[in-house]
Amino acid sequence: MTPSQTIAAPPPDKIKVKVDGREVEVPRTVPDPITGKPIPTTMIQACAAANVDVPHYCYHPKLPVAGNCRMCLVEFGTPALGPDRRLVMNPDGTPKMAKSPRPAIACATPISPGMEIYTSTPAVKQMREGVLEFLLINHPLDCPICDEAGECKLQEYSVEYGKAESRFIEPKVHKPKAVDLGPRIVLDDERCILCTRCIRFTRDIAGDDALGIVNRGSYSTLTAYPGRQFDNNYTLNTVDICPVGALTSKDFRFQMRVWFLKETRSICTSCATGCNITVGSREGRIYRYEPRENDAVNACWMCDYGRLNYKWIHREDRLTQVQSPKSRVQGRPATWAGALAEISELLARAPQGSVAIIASARQTNEELYLLKKLADKLGAATDSIPRSGEGDRLLLNADRNPNAQGARLTGICSADMGGRIAEMARAIEKGAVRTLVVFGEDVVKHGLGAGLLGKLETLIVSDILPNETTKLAHYLLPGCAHVEKRGTFTNAKGRVQKFMKAIEPRGDARPEWEFLHELVSRVTGQQGDANLEGLFNRMAKEVPAFNGLAWAGLGNTGVTVSL
Amino acid sequence: MPSEFRLILKYADEPGYTPGMECYLRHGGYEALRKGLALQPKSLPDGKTQTGPEQIRDEVMKSGLRGRGGAGFSAGLKWSFVDRKSGKPIYLICNADESEPGTFKDRQILHKDPHQLVEGMILSCFANDVHLAYIYIRGEMPQGARLLNQALAEARAKGFLGRNILGSGYDLEIHVHRGAGAYICGEETGLIESLEGKRPYPRIKPPYFPAVLGLYMCPTIVNNVETLCVVKHVVAMGGSEYARLGTPNNTGTRIVSISGHVKKPGYYEIEVGKVTIGQLIGDPAFGGGLRDGRKLKAVIPGGSSAKVFKAGERFKLKRKGPDGKDAEKEVEMLDLPYDFDSLIAAGSMSGSGAIIVLDDSTDIVEVLANISEFYAHESCGQCTPCREGSLWMSKALHRLTHGEGRKQDADYLVKIADNIPGGRTICAFGEACSWPVQSFVAKFRDEFVARGLADEAGRAGRARAAGSTPEMKLAAGPESVCV
Repeated sequence: MTPSQTIAAPPPDKIKVKVDGREVEVPRTVPDPITGKPIPTTMIQACAAANVDVPHYCYHPKLPVAGNCRMCLVEFGTPALGPDRRLVMNPDGTPKMAKSPRPAIACATPISPGMEIYTSTPAVKQMREGVLEFLLINHPLDCPICDEAGECKLQEYSVEYGKAESRFIEPKVHKPKAVDLGPRIVLDDERCILCTRCIRFTRDIAGDDALGIVNRGSYSTLTAYPGRQFDNNYTLNTVDICPVGALTSKDFRFQMRVWFLKETRSICTSCATGCNITVGSREGRIYRYEPRENDAVNACWMCDYGRLNYKWIHREDRLTQVQSPKSRVQGRPATWAGALAEISELLARAPQGSVAIIASARQTNEELYLLKKLADKLGAATDSIPRSGEGDRLLLNADRNPNAQGARLTGICSADMGGRIAEMARAIEKGAVRTLVVFGEDVVKHGLGAGLLGKLETLIVSDILPNETTKLAHYLLPGCAHVEKRGTFTNAKGRVQKFMKAIEPRGDARPEWEFLHELVSRVTGQQGDANLEGLFNRMAKEVPAFNGLAWAGLGNTGVTVSL
Repeated sequence: MPSEFRLILKYADEPGYTPGMECYLRHGGYEALRKGLALQPKSLPDGKTQTGPEQIRDEVMKSGLRGRGGAGFSAGLKWSFVDRKSGKPIYLICNADESEPGTFKDRQILHKDPHQLVEGMILSCFANDVHLAYIYIRGEMPQGARLLNQALAEARAKGFLGRNILGSGYDLEIHVHRGAGAYICGEETGLIESLEGKRPYPRIKPPYFPAVLGLYMCPTIVNNVETLCVVKHVVAMGGSEYARLGTPNNTGTRIVSISGHVKKPGYYEIEVGKVTIGQLIGDPAFGGGLRDGRKLKAVIPGGSSAKVFKAGERFKLKRKGPDGKDAEKEVEMLDLPYDFDSLIAAGSMSGSGAIIVLDDSTDIVEVLANISEFYAHESCGQCTPCREGSLWMSKALHRLTHGEGRKQDADYLVKIADNIPGGRTICAFGEACSWPVQSFVAKFRDEFVARGLADEAGRAGRARAAGSTPEMKLAAGPESVCV
């Protein structure tokens, strides 16, 4: 039945439908979330295009459709056809609608030209209310101690579509509690609404068919494969997509009520993929990272390794004091003003070529740009330290530096990152390089041993945590974790993405770009930009790869530059 | 005088008739297959030619055959939906998962005349260009599976199966697959999932219509045992000749399973629509009447999921009069012709052809509690309304049959049931579990209310005796242990 021939001509790849009376034009097909092949656009997608929210539990735009929760049931009509297979018209010239006697699930039902979708009829409201009631009868209703409380779809839809009273008086079905599914996940089967999002995610996205349902009917129970742990590098995504409190993260559970968390847009720094994240923090403490949707980078996912890699930020031995040779002797911290004045004087006096700089590919584009500016003024050699591990086919990149491309594009290092370190070592050995500036890398472990560093006249180090190199530093400048400052990274594919500040730096630590800006201004005598937006925009003008970018234009999901 | 008309079960109960090949051949077995395979291309008036398989499909369409599994959908139409241009293989599956309570007709064929099914299947496969077919047989029928495998082996040995069947150049293999004991495996897409080795979760339609995306995502035909047997007879006698049996739009014969409070429970093959429900229950040729001294209370006319009829109910049915015009006619329940359309018009269905007769000794609340417990146990649990609603209703009925009822439980049950059917669920199980509740409570409301009131009075009396306030102990519910 394709009445499309007789309906006023939308473009062939588009379909016009009405959602609650509002006409929208939507693509005829959308890419399949798994295979990318074109598949028919569904009602729920058309509703989204019309800004009409259709409540749902099992549907997830990045997963294959299951159609089991029945929350997205809607009513609909299609243009009525006469016996001649032509449209039947109303007196006012509009096509007469044949309303379907049965509802349809919006998540799985393809749209057709001229279709009308009704999402707020009394029947639809009644069906939603019915589904919600069914979902809640055997649910433990333990919201006060549930980690999902505050971001739970059962709670949310109960407010919007639920009934105030329960008429259920039968004993509830009891199922396993606090099931240890794997090293990072705990499952409460009584809270589970059997939407199978987690099963589909781990089977179809993570490629680990680890979860399934046993038993049947109302006794259906989610479980890991018997005798096996749910343990792949993406398990925690199931906690994110679980619409209820069934799957909880061992790391986060019982740590903080979610409504107290401040959410900050950020980027994961654990590899070169640059997954977009939301940092959840409260009163200066990070409680969790969650993936933030960016289809150009990580869709809705991130790996467990990156997600849990935040504990170091709160380590007790964080570097919090500025140190200078004088302060070390005096046994008290130096001031930023004093140390920066001394360092800039020292660098300004240094003969051309006598300084070398090792930056970190964990620093931001802006910081690397400033260091490169400094190096150009001093005729200093620069490089950075590669960092690699095993990658996978999904998100984890073998390059574990978050900003290796930034280091290359700003000219800090060549394509062969770390290739100049040996040469630097020889120059220090020979006494040609007498001052070494190190940012965020323990160079003692990377070819510039303690003995070699001992030959330097001045070792200037900025870092976040203590290490062998920081111990030898004449000047020590405490820096910030990325969640403590703003900036941009360039990911492996050249996407320049910004991140925002979630918490305050510890002690006297300052964002590196801030004090580098001061240092560069003093050494070069050029007035720079004391704010990050200005700094980024200036960098975008001066660094060819970033030409045309502007801080304001990066948006929340970044811009890709050619590599 | 109404009587049986045996077409499918013509020989099955003859003394000495055995399920083996020799006996089947002695009774004209596989002659229809020879006829079907030998069909020559035929020129049509419009100049087109019709191949042998197309002729068989055409005959099935002409026969008016409606599926004997439960839905009563036109078999010819079902075959016409098959995507024949996909380039993928087309599969045919025989649904031998006969599980609807009250139904025991396919079992007769499987146990007594398996070759008839095999012949019908080969013809159906030939008609649809199928080269690999499956018989999905209920796990609780080990004897049927054994006999089928034996029949298939015999058919292979005789050249009726395998490569180049009877020299026609047509190849076909059939495999028997045993289920593991789940009602939902009889739902065609659940069956397909099960055959693929997965949990038998029925598929969402759209997009997974078996005719397009069935077994292994290939076009697939799923037909009931009895339906496939009919194909043999359609080929043997011609579609128009078959359509003379029965009544218009309700053609052919049907095997009816009669159980419950009749003197002669059993299976009876009738011409569809030529015998009334009353005759099936009361006639000596069929059920033989109720037990002495008993009166009829209710009839479940199409397997336990069909809506119940109350004794004495009357229905207004539209009938074509002698002048060809629709005329409304009031019919007493027992006078309903046993066919597809009349029972639908009366608000129920002939379903799997199983009539369950209940006399006045029956506790109707107990009957519904029993039916609901079955459906709660068999709900696959995939989609919300059926998963939660089926057990909720069963628990409430358990309470009501264990002294813990309330007067409002009748309404309570209907309100739960109303939220399950009508397209709210993935498959028709939603209807199967809610229709009995809706119809039993609607038609026997007084008994449900009375039971609730009696329970309330009983609790109040016990409480007075003990000097406390009446209190409901919530019964533990029907058996809640699953493996």
